Amino acid sequence: MSEGKVKGWRLLKDSLARRSMFILTLVPGLIVALMIFGLLLRSKSILAVKSVSHLLFSTAWHPLRGEFGLLAFITGTLWVTFVAMVIAVPISLLTAIYLSEYAPRVVREVARPIVDLLAGLPSVVYGVWGVLMVVPFVANQLAPLFGTKSSGYSILAGGIVLAIMVFPTIIHVSLEVFTSIPHSLREASLSLGATRWETVKHVVLRKGGQGIIAAMVLGVSRAFGETMAVLMVVGNIPRVPKSIFAGGYPLPALIANNYGEMMSVPLYDSALMLASLVLLLVVLVFNVLARIILVRAERKAE
Amino acid sequence: MSAGAVFQKNRRRWEEGFFRFLMYASTLIVVGSLLLILVTIIWKGLPSLSLSMITQVPKGGYYLGKEGGILNAIVGSLYLAGGATLLAIVLSLPVVLYLNLYTRKYSPLANFVRFSFDVLWGIPSIVYGAFGFVIMVFLGLRTSLLAGIITVALLEFPIMSRAMDEVVRLVPRDLKDASYSLGATKLETALKVIIRQSLPGIVTGVLIAFGRGIGDAASVLFTAGFTDRIPTSLGQPAATLPLAIFFQLGTPYPEVRQRAYASAAVLTILILIISLVSRYLVRRYTKHSVT
Repeated sequence: MSEGKVKGWRLLKDSLARRSMFILTLVPGLIVALMIFGLLLRSKSILAVKSVSHLLFSTAWHPLRGEFGLLAFITGTLWVTFVAMVIAVPISLLTAIYLSEYAPRVVREVARPIVDLLAGLPSVVYGVWGVLMVVPFVANQLAPLFGTKSSGYSILAGGIVLAIMVFPTIIHVSLEVFTSIPHSLREASLSLGATRWETVKHVVLRKGGQGIIAAMVLGVSRAFGETMAVLMVVGNIPRVPKSIFAGGYPLPALIANNYGEMMSVPLYDSALMLASLVLLLVVLVFNVLARIILVRAERKAE
Repeated sequence: MSAGAVFQKNRRRWEEGFFRFLMYASTLIVVGSLLLILVTIIWKGLPSLSLSMITQVPKGGYYLGKEGGILNAIVGSLYLAGGATLLAIVLSLPVVLYLNLYTRKYSPLANFVRFSFDVLWGIPSIVYGAFGFVIMVFLGLRTSLLAGIITVALLEFPIMSRAMDEVVRLVPRDLKDASYSLGATKLETALKVIIRQSLPGIVTGVLIAFGRGIGDAASVLFTAGFTDRIPTSLGQPAATLPLAIFFQLGTPYPEVRQRAYASAAVLTILILIISLVSRYLVRRYTKHSVT
């Protein structure tokens, strides 16, 4: 009879495990919801006294006087992200095309860990490198070249550092998109006498168009939220930047820089939580959008 | 061949060459920037790295250029990332096993969970930090090792799960069927067949997440605090290596900034070791895999 007991015990264990695993499986979705809810809850006290339009579209940032306009920070984020994407998109796409369409196997196998490593480096390390190389480069080489002066701690420096950090995201996603395009299509194009590049232009880029957009959107959202590296090189001046050689103050840097003071000034913590919420919502929309595009493209390919 | 056709052919050849050149240049920039970063950090950092830096905690006035080291931050980071990784394993492994054992390939639940992981993966670490702060206030915790561990575990959760899911997915169906046909329950199959079969891949996922945890600064800014001592309990604040780098770089003293470079070199070497080990495991794993 002990055999029956053993069997019963095994089945019980199995069903207990199944149930607890099922509950844990719901956690990831729950975390997203909890994040929105929690940050909303903490930013309620500022939303109660200030209108959303004032918070988002005013440039007046004087926490001690109770003015919490986020516009300078939002434009700072947009500028840095824009500069980063202008640099990163062409370079990453061309690299991805090279790796998927031209490169010999060996090169591909060497390039993959390099791209992974680039993605795995901590952002503080990027920041230190930015301070060591990019900031002086902007101050001493680029600014004089364009006939202006700059301390180097600027939107441009932030954009350059950020661009390198975004490379892996765009390369990775677009490589996946390119490899999902059937080989027969390329061969058809080549057999009609098209050159390699013409095949890329008319077949690969056209077929993978949506996927490329998704890759760029993911890159933007990665750039949008990057904190430490940008914070270290961008200057942190709470004004709407006038040029890319001027300093800026992106939203994530604002949050990171003021965690110490936020509890001692009324509404300050609430304003920072609101800033985090804005960041979360923007990134969430971008991510969901990109993933939907990618899932669709994948289904189509199958 | 008419002159027009020749021209056309030349133009096509020229275009091919032009774009090929751009591609080489771009790839060179991507690879070159990694090398440039590594070389710069190590070149600048190693000369100011001394034994006392990695074996001592900061003494009084360390941030003014006096004696001491960053052992507090190194140990703090290891504790923090270690604890967070353990917690993340407890969360990730069951979810990944459930996805691959109990759900069909494109079931709505599996799709939803994988989608959530993708979305969580894209959320910036500063937002995890802010969320960790919200949790901390909600639970009535102070800035402490524990609060930091919870926050970083949440950050690592999607990273680890996605990496694990990728390898557990590759376990052949036949293997599971063979296990079931011998009378094993799904739980037994999970523990004795699937985990064993994909162990190197699982370890790789754990290492990737650990590396991310050890290098992240923005998420622990709010939650772990910073201290010159090595924490002896979960309730005490903990220093972290990335924040130590950040603070040292922020001082106006050249000697202290030098130490920031040295600390950055320490962190970079740590990350390099972690990624080399996981590379090695991936290679070993793919050699033995069936597919």
